[in-house]
Amino acid sequence: MSTTDDNIERENELQGIGCSRKRKEDPRFIQGKGNYVDDIKLSGMLHAEIVRSPYAHARIVSIDKSEALALPGVHAVLTADDLKPLSLHWMPTLAGDVQAVLADEKVHFQMQEVAVVIADDRYIAADGAQLVHVEYEELPALVDPHKAMNSDAPILREDLVGKMDGAHSKRLHDNHIFTWDVGDKDSTDRAFDDADITVKEDMFYQRVHPCPIETCGCVADFDKINSKLTVNVTSQAPHIVRTVVSMLSGIPESKVRVISPDIGGGFGNKVPIYPGYVVAIVASIVLGRPVKWIESRIENLTTTGFARDYHMTGELAADKDGQIKGLRVNVLADHGAFDSCADPTKFPAGMFHICTGSYDIPNAYARVDGVYTNKAPGGVAYRCSFRVTEAVYVIERMMDVLAQKLNIDKAEIRLRNFVKPEQFPYNTALGANLDSGDYHTALNKVLDAVDYKGLLIEQQEKRANGELMGIGIVTFTEIVGAGPTKSCDILGVGMFDSAEIRIHPTGSAIARMGSITQGQGHQTTFAQIIATELGISSEDIQIEEGDTDTAPYGLGTYGSRTTPVAAAATALAARKIKAKASKIAAHLLEVSTDDLEWDIDRFKVRGVPGQEKTMKDIAFAAYNNLPEGMEPGLESIDYYDPPEFTYPFGAYLCVVDICKHTGETTVRRFYALDDCGTRINPMIIEGQIHGGLTEGFAVAMGQELSFDEKGNIQGNSLMDYFLPTMVETPHWETDYTVTPSPHHPLGAKGVAESPHVGSIPAFTAAVVDSFSHLGVTHMNMPHSAFNVWQKCNELGIDQHK
Amino acid sequence: MITEHFDYHSPSTLNEIFKLMEENDGAKILAGGHSLLPMMKIRFSDPAHLIDINGIDELKGITEVDGKIHIGAMTTENELINSDLLTQKVPIIVEAAKLIADPQVRNRGTIGGDIVHGDPGNDHPSIMMALDATFILADPNGERAVHANSFFLGTYWTELGENEILKEVQLPIPSENHGYSYTKFKRKTGDFATAATAVVLSLNGDVCSSINIVMTNVGPTAIKVEEAEALLIGKVIDDELINQAAQKAMEICNPIEDLRGNVAYKTHMAGEMTRKAIQTALSRATG
Amino acid sequence: MKKIAVSFKLNGQQVDTLVEPRELLIHTLREQLMQTGSHIGCETSHCGACTVDFNGDSVKSCTLLTVQAEGAEVLTVEGLAGDDGLHPVQEAFMEEHGLQCGFCTPGMLMRSYRFLQENPNPSEEEIRMEMSGNLCRCTGYQNIVKAVQYASNKLQTTKGDA
Repeated sequence: MSTTDDNIERENELQGIGCSRKRKEDPRFIQGKGNYVDDIKLSGMLHAEIVRSPYAHARIVSIDKSEALALPGVHAVLTADDLKPLSLHWMPTLAGDVQAVLADEKVHFQMQEVAVVIADDRYIAADGAQLVHVEYEELPALVDPHKAMNSDAPILREDLVGKMDGAHSKRLHDNHIFTWDVGDKDSTDRAFDDADITVKEDMFYQRVHPCPIETCGCVADFDKINSKLTVNVTSQAPHIVRTVVSMLSGIPESKVRVISPDIGGGFGNKVPIYPGYVVAIVASIVLGRPVKWIESRIENLTTTGFARDYHMTGELAADKDGQIKGLRVNVLADHGAFDSCADPTKFPAGMFHICTGSYDIPNAYARVDGVYTNKAPGGVAYRCSFRVTEAVYVIERMMDVLAQKLNIDKAEIRLRNFVKPEQFPYNTALGANLDSGDYHTALNKVLDAVDYKGLLIEQQEKRANGELMGIGIVTFTEIVGAGPTKSCDILGVGMFDSAEIRIHPTGSAIARMGSITQGQGHQTTFAQIIATELGISSEDIQIEEGDTDTAPYGLGTYGSRTTPVAAAATALAARKIKAKASKIAAHLLEVSTDDLEWDIDRFKVRGVPGQEKTMKDIAFAAYNNLPEGMEPGLESIDYYDPPEFTYPFGAYLCVVDICKHTGETTVRRFYALDDCGTRINPMIIEGQIHGGLTEGFAVAMGQELSFDEKGNIQGNSLMDYFLPTMVETPHWETDYTVTPSPHHPLGAKGVAESPHVGSIPAFTAAVVDSFSHLGVTHMNMPHSAFNVWQKCNELGIDQHK
Repeated sequence: MITEHFDYHSPSTLNEIFKLMEENDGAKILAGGHSLLPMMKIRFSDPAHLIDINGIDELKGITEVDGKIHIGAMTTENELINSDLLTQKVPIIVEAAKLIADPQVRNRGTIGGDIVHGDPGNDHPSIMMALDATFILADPNGERAVHANSFFLGTYWTELGENEILKEVQLPIPSENHGYSYTKFKRKTGDFATAATAVVLSLNGDVCSSINIVMTNVGPTAIKVEEAEALLIGKVIDDELINQAAQKAMEICNPIEDLRGNVAYKTHMAGEMTRKAIQTALSRATG
Repeated sequence: MKKIAVSFKLNGQQVDTLVEPRELLIHTLREQLMQTGSHIGCETSHCGACTVDFNGDSVKSCTLLTVQAEGAEVLTVEGLAGDDGLHPVQEAFMEEHGLQCGFCTPGMLMRSYRFLQENPNPSEEEIRMEMSGNLCRCTGYQNIVKAVQYASNKLQTTKGDA
C-alpha cells in the first residue's frame, strides 16, 4: 500500500474534522431510547400544574385554595404568599430586571403564573388547578409599545415606580426600561445632512416564538437526607441554572446538581429560567419529594421566551452611485412585562451593533429604547445570536430600499459597498471587529449558480405579462461566539467555555464540555475535533455534556457560541494533551521532542522510518512509563476566553412567484451559500442549514403572536401558529465557501443560526421585489397570503379583468 | 391537556346507543374524536358521558344500492380516499377528503362526524350539498331522511335532534361525464379553509344541464350559491359567466374575521375559489 | 372515578392496564407501560410526535383514549427493531441524517413505517403529503424525505431478495 493510500486509510479511520460521519447520538433516538425530561420518573414523584391569569393586566383580589387542597391527591397549592418568606416570589432575570415567580398582588400578562398545584399525577394536578379560585380586578392593558411612554399610559411595574436608574441606563418613564445606543451620532447626522441621497423605512419585526417540539419542563428532586438538590431541566445553560438556583435557594452550589438530559430542540426558548422551574424546586424542597413540571404547548407559546418584537426605523445616506455614507437606526423594543431578555449583561440590545452588516459604512449610529407592555416577558430567542436577526433584517432591507431609490441592481449595490477582502480584519463604525470574509466571492458564486441574469430577464417578461415574480438577495454577516469575558457575562459569570479530556490507558477517551446540545450533534462533532487533534478515532471518543456534577463550567449553547468557544476549548485542551504526549513519545523513542513530527495518528522520528508511536501507544505509557518527574495520566482541561467574536457570513438568493389573486407566495428556489470557516461535519452543517432556513421560512411567511386591545394573545396554539409541514416547506439548495477565522484555533466560526438570520430578510426581499416595479419599498412580515393580498388589493391588481 | 372526568360507553348496536343517550343527559357521541377530544383537553367541553360509536358495524361501509351510493356515517376519511367505488363514481368526495386534516387524523376522522359537528369549517357539508345528498337520521322510533340542503341551520346547529344520530349518507350517482371540483385555500396542511367551493356539474354538449355551487367557511354554515347556479344552468359557461358567478358568490357570503383574514379577504377568496372550482369542474366534464 | 381494565397487544406482547376513561393512550404508553419513545409536543393533535401504529393505521395517540384500545394491536418505536437488527426506516434515518434533536423522530419513524406499507414506492410529493401530519423544527424535512426514499429502496430490495 502506498504512503498516500495508507494516509487516506488512517484519516478515514479517524473520522475527524471534515468527515460527514454518521452521528453517534442517533442509535438511541431512532430506538425511542432518548432521555428527555418528561421521560424521567422518580420514586414518589409529584406533578405540578400552574394556575394562570386570564387577564393581561389585573389586581389579584383574592386566591381561594381551599377547594383545590381538599381534592384527594393534591399535596400543596403555592402562591406568592408562600414564596415570600423565602424571598422567592420575585427572581432576578438575565437582563438586570426582576420577574414575578408567582404573581404578587397583580398580574402583568395573560397566562402569567399565579399559583401552582402539586398533586399525585398530572391528571389530578389539572383538576386541582381548576379548583383554585382567583378573583381579579381588571386594569386597562397597555398593548401598543408606541403608547408606553405617553403621560396617560397605564403604569405596569408598580414595583419600579420612581426608580429611574435602570439596569442599563436612566429610565425616561415608568414604562421605559432602557436606552442603549452605539456609534457616533454627530458624525452620522452630518453624513446624512451632506448626503446626495437619503432613504428611510419603518419596519416591524413581529413577535414570534421558537416553538421547539419539546416544551419546557423540569424534574426537581430535593434529597432531604443528603441536603442535595438535583434538577433535570430543559436548559441550554445548565451551569448558569445551577449558580442561579444556588443563589436563590441558599443551597451551596456543591449541593446543587443540574442536568440537561436530551433536549428536544432549544432555539433559545430554553435559555431563560422560568417560574415553573422555581416553583417545582420550592415544592420539592418543601415536600421532600421529586416534583415534575411540564408545560403544555399553549403555555409554551404564551408565556416562555418569545423573540423579536422590534419596531425599527432604518435610514441610509449615500452618494448617487449608491456608496453608503451613513447608517442610522432607531428601535422601539417591546419586552413585555419583565425584561427577561437572554442577553449578555452589558448588551440590553444584544449584538444589534452588527447592523452595519457586510458593508463598509463610515458613519453609523443606532439607538434602542426598550419598554414594558402587558405581554409575556423576554425578547431574545429563536436562533437569533442576540438580536442579530433584527440587525441583519434592518440593514438588508435598507440596502434594497436604497437600491430601488437609485435604480441600481440589488446585487450590484451590495458589491459596491462590501468590505473588501484586503480590509480584514475590519473595524466597523459600531465597534464590531470583523475577523475575516470574502463577500464578493460568496455573492458572485450564488449569482452564477442561479443564473441571476437569466432570472432578471424572466422577471421582466413576467412583469410585462402582469405576473408577480420576485428575486430576494441577502448578504449577511453575523456576530456570534459570545464572548470575550472583558465584555460578555451572564449574571457576572464571564462567557468563556470549557472542555475536559481524559485518555484511557487502552487509547479511547472521554471528554466533557460546558456546552449542551439540543440536536446540533455535539456528541459527534466534538469527537471529530478531538479525533483530528489527537489521532484517536472519533468512534472511540465519548462526549458528555449537561451534568453540572461532572462537566466543567460552561455558559451553555445558544447564539451559535459552541463552535467559536467550546470547540476552541476542546482543540486547546487536546493540544495540551498532545504536548504532553509528544514528551512521552520522545521518552519512549529516546529522542528529543524536536526530532518528532506528527502524522495523522502518531509521532514519527523525522528521517527514521519505522520509529514511531501512535497515540494509543502513548496512552498506555502515560499510565506506567513516563519521563522522569512527569505525573501519570493523559488528560487536560481548557477554559477558553475567546479573544474576539467570530463573523460567519453568507449570500442567499430567493425566487418567489406570487399569485396576485390570492396573495399566495410560492418559493420557487432558495439558494443558500454559507461561510462558517472550517467545516467540522459537512452533513451536520447541511442539516443545520435546512433547519434554520425552514424556521426562517416559518417566521417570514406566517408566524406571528399578536394581541387584541385587551392584551389577549391571538394564535397561541398549533392550530394557528405557523409551523410548516413537509408540504409547505420549500426545497433548499446549499453551497459554501471557506474563509477561516484567523483567531480561532480551528478556524471555525459557527453556523447554525446563520440560515435563520439570513433567510428571513431574503424572503421579505423576494416578496417586496415582486412589487418593486409598482413602487413598493417594504412589506412587513408575515407574508401570509392574507397580508400579501392586501398589498395586491391596495395596488388594484387582485381583480380579474 | 387533560380532560375532565367522564363515563365511557362503547355500545355495539344502534339500539344500545339510543338507550345510552336516553339514560345519560348531555352525553356526547365519540366518533373520530379529533374535534371533540382536543376541545375537551383544553376544557372547552366537558360532557359527563361519552358514547363511543366506533364499534358499530351498521355505521360502516360504502356501497352502491339501486343507483345510489350509501356511505356509513362512521366511514373514515382514509376509507373514503381508498374507496375504488368513490374514486370511480364520486371523485369529489375523494378530492375533498384528501384536503382534510392530515394522514393520521384521516384514519380516525369520519364523514359523519364532519357532517354533524356543525363547524362552518368542516368540508363535507358543502360536498354533500353539491351532491344533493340525503342524510338518514335514526332515533329509537325509526329513521328519517333529510336533504343536505335543509340540514345545516347555523354554527354548531343542525337538524339532528337530541335523540338522533346520523346513520348514513345517501347520494345519487353523478352522471358518468360530470365535472367536479373541491377547491380549497388554506394557510397550511391541516388548517380549515380560508375559503373553499364545491362544484358538481353536468354538461349536455356544451350546455350546462345542472350545477351545484356550495361554499365552505364563509358563513355560519355551508352556503349554496343559488343565484350563481341559476345564472349558469342552460348556458354555455364562458369566462364572463364565471365572473358573474364569482360575483354572486361574493355577494352572498358572510365570513367572520379571524386570523385567516378579514371580511374583505375572505369574501374575495370566496370569489376566487368559486371561479377556480367552476373552471376545474368544466375542464373535467365531458358532454 | 372507577378505573377500567384495558388489555391490548403492545409491540407483540399482551399488556394489561387499569385506566380512568379519560386517560389518553399516550400517557398510558409513557407512564404505565414505561414506553417513553412516543412523545408529546402539543395538545391540539397537530404535531404528530405521539404517532403510533394502531390496528395497522398511523394514529395520534394523544387523541385516543386508552379505553378505545381494548383488544387492539399497537406498535410503537420500541417495537420497530427486530431480532435481526434495526428496521430499514431506522437505518434510513441514521444514514440520511434525518434527525437532529430526536424528539419528533419516533413519530416520523412510525408514520414512515406504515406509509411505506401503504405506498412502497412513493414519489417525493407523495412522501411529503403522507408525512404532513408530523412536524419537525430541526431538520427542515429535506433529509427526512431522503430517509424515507432510502427506506423504500431498502425495503423493496430486501423483498426482492426474499
